[in-house]
Amino acid sequence: MFKKLSFSTLGSAFLLFALSTVAYAAGDEMAISALKYFTVSVFAAGFAIALAAFGCGLGMGTAVKSAVEGIARNPESSGKVTVTMLIGLALIEALCIYTLVIALILIYAHPYSEPISKLFAVH
Amino acid sequence: MEHPILFLVQLFDLIGLGDFAHHYPHVIYSWFVMLVLIVFGLVATRAISIIPTKWQSVFEVVIGGMEEFTVDITGEEGRRFFPILATVFLYIFVCNFIGLIPGLLPPTANLNTTLSCAIPVFIMTHVIGVMTHGAKYIKQFTGPIWWLAPLMIVLESIGHLARIMSLSIRLFGNMMGKELVLSILFMLAGAFFAPLPMLVLGLLVCFIQAFVFYLLSTMYFTLALEEAH
Repeated sequence: MFKKLSFSTLGSAFLLFALSTVAYAAGDEMAISALKYFTVSVFAAGFAIALAAFGCGLGMGTAVKSAVEGIARNPESSGKVTVTMLIGLALIEALCIYTLVIALILIYAHPYSEPISKLFAVH
Repeated sequence: MEHPILFLVQLFDLIGLGDFAHHYPHVIYSWFVMLVLIVFGLVATRAISIIPTKWQSVFEVVIGGMEEFTVDITGEEGRRFFPILATVFLYIFVCNFIGLIPGLLPPTANLNTTLSCAIPVFIMTHVIGVMTHGAKYIKQFTGPIWWLAPLMIVLESIGHLARIMSLSIRLFGNMMGKELVLSILFMLAGAFFAPLPMLVLGLLVCFIQAFVFYLLSTMYFTLALEEAH
């Protein structure tokens, strides 16, 4: 477990410095720090969505479980139970959507977005 | 990822207002949605009779059903606030829905449109509270224990302001996420059938998000209308 963790941090540090060699080659001061910032924030965005999806999956699974149990206990109430379940699912999913918006901000709208887009717009 | 081809934007290009159209396509499409809703309303109410025609019966089912559902939740005194709730629901539903048609863009895929739907609902909650309770509306913010009142007022205000954010970002995130996934699938897979599962999910999401916005607004109105604990 610790071997896997240290491998992933080593791998991310390697990725960080590998990507900044592009900027070192260009010799641009701003681009170097911008690229380091960008690498870290993209990393954070990926982990943010993964954790949010995990939590929301658990929550929604519990909601559907209760709904199915309710319908199995009383099949006549299936209309009301389904509507309530769908509303609950939409509200829980909203939490994952908030995280998605933050992740999009981290990838596309962070303070260094102009130097990064200039760097990647070579082709 | 190239700029998508939008019909109304091309139309505006022909007229000559192309610059405005390219920068603000969501404004143009919200005008389009308003036009669609007004035309439907006029067509439905052109000749109201006891024996309804085709269009009139469709709208009777929709609006009557929504009114019963609203009064179910808010109680009888919520009936006069039904028009703003029905407008919000129909506007957001049609806005979401035109995103599924190729060549059209959903205006709710932009944070400005969803904020413009959430802020009037928020203002209306407080207007309803003041209208119903008068100056005693502040008691809803203070909570049951009187010496905790300053803390409770701050917390309740933050909760109220968070309602605007949650309503707008929930709708915006759903629509923007659907657009993003569709465009990325088009870019990656390219064939005609690759984005099909996302479009089916998008159909469900369009209706559910409009319904959730409407339901939450109804519940906020109910909370403002009821007696303070």
